[in-house]
Amino acid sequence: MSTAVPDLERFLTRRSFIELSARDRAEALLDAGSYHELLGPFDRLHSPWLPMQGIVPQEDDGVIVARGRIDGQPAVVAAIESAFQGGSIGEVAGAKIACALELARQDHEQGIPTRPVLLLETGGVRLQEANLGLAVIAEIQAAIVALRRHVPVVAVIAGMVGCFGGMSLAAALCSHLIVTRQARLGMNGPEVIEQEAGLEELDASDRRLIWSLIGGEQRHAVGLADTLVEDDADAIAESVRDAFRRGLPNQHRSEQVKLFLERLAAIDPSKPLDGKALRALWGKGAKA
Amino acid sequence: MNGESRAASRGQIWFEALTGQNGIVPGGPASVRRGDAPLGNETARFLAVVPDPENRFPRARDGEVGLQEAWTLAKYVRETIDADANGTRRPIIALVDVTSQAYGRREELLGIHLACAAAADAYATARLAGHPVIALLVGRAMSGAFLAHGYQANRILALDDPGVLVHAMGKEAAARVTLRSVAELEKLGETILPMSYDIRTYAKLGILHKLIEGVNADAPSAGEVERIRGELLAAASDARSSPNDLRSRLSSAAAQENRAASIEVRRRLTEQWSAT
Repeated sequence: MSTAVPDLERFLTRRSFIELSARDRAEALLDAGSYHELLGPFDRLHSPWLPMQGIVPQEDDGVIVARGRIDGQPAVVAAIESAFQGGSIGEVAGAKIACALELARQDHEQGIPTRPVLLLETGGVRLQEANLGLAVIAEIQAAIVALRRHVPVVAVIAGMVGCFGGMSLAAALCSHLIVTRQARLGMNGPEVIEQEAGLEELDASDRRLIWSLIGGEQRHAVGLADTLVEDDADAIAESVRDAFRRGLPNQHRSEQVKLFLERLAAIDPSKPLDGKALRALWGKGAKA
Repeated sequence: MNGESRAASRGQIWFEALTGQNGIVPGGPASVRRGDAPLGNETARFLAVVPDPENRFPRARDGEVGLQEAWTLAKYVRETIDADANGTRRPIIALVDVTSQAYGRREELLGIHLACAAAADAYATARLAGHPVIALLVGRAMSGAFLAHGYQANRILALDDPGVLVHAMGKEAAARVTLRSVAELEKLGETILPMSYDIRTYAKLGILHKLIEGVNADAPSAGEVERIRGELLAAASDARSSPNDLRSRLSSAAAQENRAASIEVRRRLTEQWSAT
């Protein structure tokens, strides 16, 4: 592959978004100088369940909620910090996200056009808080469905953890999904599938295979993600602004029941299917 | 599966007991049962996911919520919303006995996350449209399968029975992932409430609307079925007279005690939100 010189320059000067902490990611998406964190570490709201299991909690429970502006409009970003417990969703972490989305909805009901952004970097439910993690993910999902009637709910999966478990459903409920090539989006993590269904079903160590099935580029190519963007903080911030400029989709992806049932009916599960073959079926330019 | 006739699943048993129908929909997958049946003075829509050894998707043959199951649930819920758009919103009853979401390479490739999201979306949309959505846990309510089928309900009821389980991951898999033995995991569940699998401990989290005692979950008598109908009706009526969100899960006495952190997060975030 040949690389044009301007691209190389851009590559050398870009700021990796993946390498940023959740806090810095949230700040990078908000208009300069507008970042204001809510329930920060000094509020000392940590998981009540981790210390009972000998695990050191973190004072923000791995979720940053920040208010600010996007394109001059009020905004809220909820960003998951994958460095803490793999970005897993416990009671406090999940309640922060759910409540932020509910407050954004209340803003809209009062005429304040708050723009919601989720930065999803998570393995899903935190198993040490299993049932409360699951319960709060259901509440996040409920909040997204109620909020996206007013405003697009925009999600970014940048990598390197990806977005799995119940939070992959939350990602799928969002109005606009932005991914990088490094991102992965799947319901069951590859390791879980290998454990549950065996090595012959999926070799979780085969990274090339995993990305060909659930990687950001593949998800975008088959229409399960909306924007594919480079790992560049400025480019991601621009794609978030662009998602809000586009406004609400005519129909959310998770409402397209007829289309996906027809697509499923056309699949023969007795025949092998890989990422490339699916692009031919569902990708842009494929026969409807 | 071998040639022996298999016992009906809990989902199937309760579907048939409550509707008097087998719920198989012509042209639809045999794993998703749908039926409209009387509940009090009106008609309710009942939905269940049941095992189908012939399922054309091999990884969804044991009562898992797979691609077809999730998209079909979304379809059956949305057709109810459309049918009632200009009239009384009928109760939608999700009978929950789901072992897990389907684990498979093909499932991931074809977007099982979106399929399950579509089912959750449909149930949430029905709730917001004014349908009383009631989940009745009669067997396992596991992980992503429960998110897709039941967890968006206005009210969740459960039978007080050892076979009724709620969790984010099957015991064996959770033990492997957390590097513990199954026995250790069970012991942990006794002190750390959200880690538990059994429904009585789950009830202490305050999410359940009601834990229903004294019902034979495998072979309910006519009287027990009638009692459950009464509970479903009462829950539907309670849902109709309450907000159509999930806040009741945080306001119960049990939630005040064991979801105190959730309540505190919400209180303080709301406070700081309005201060900015």
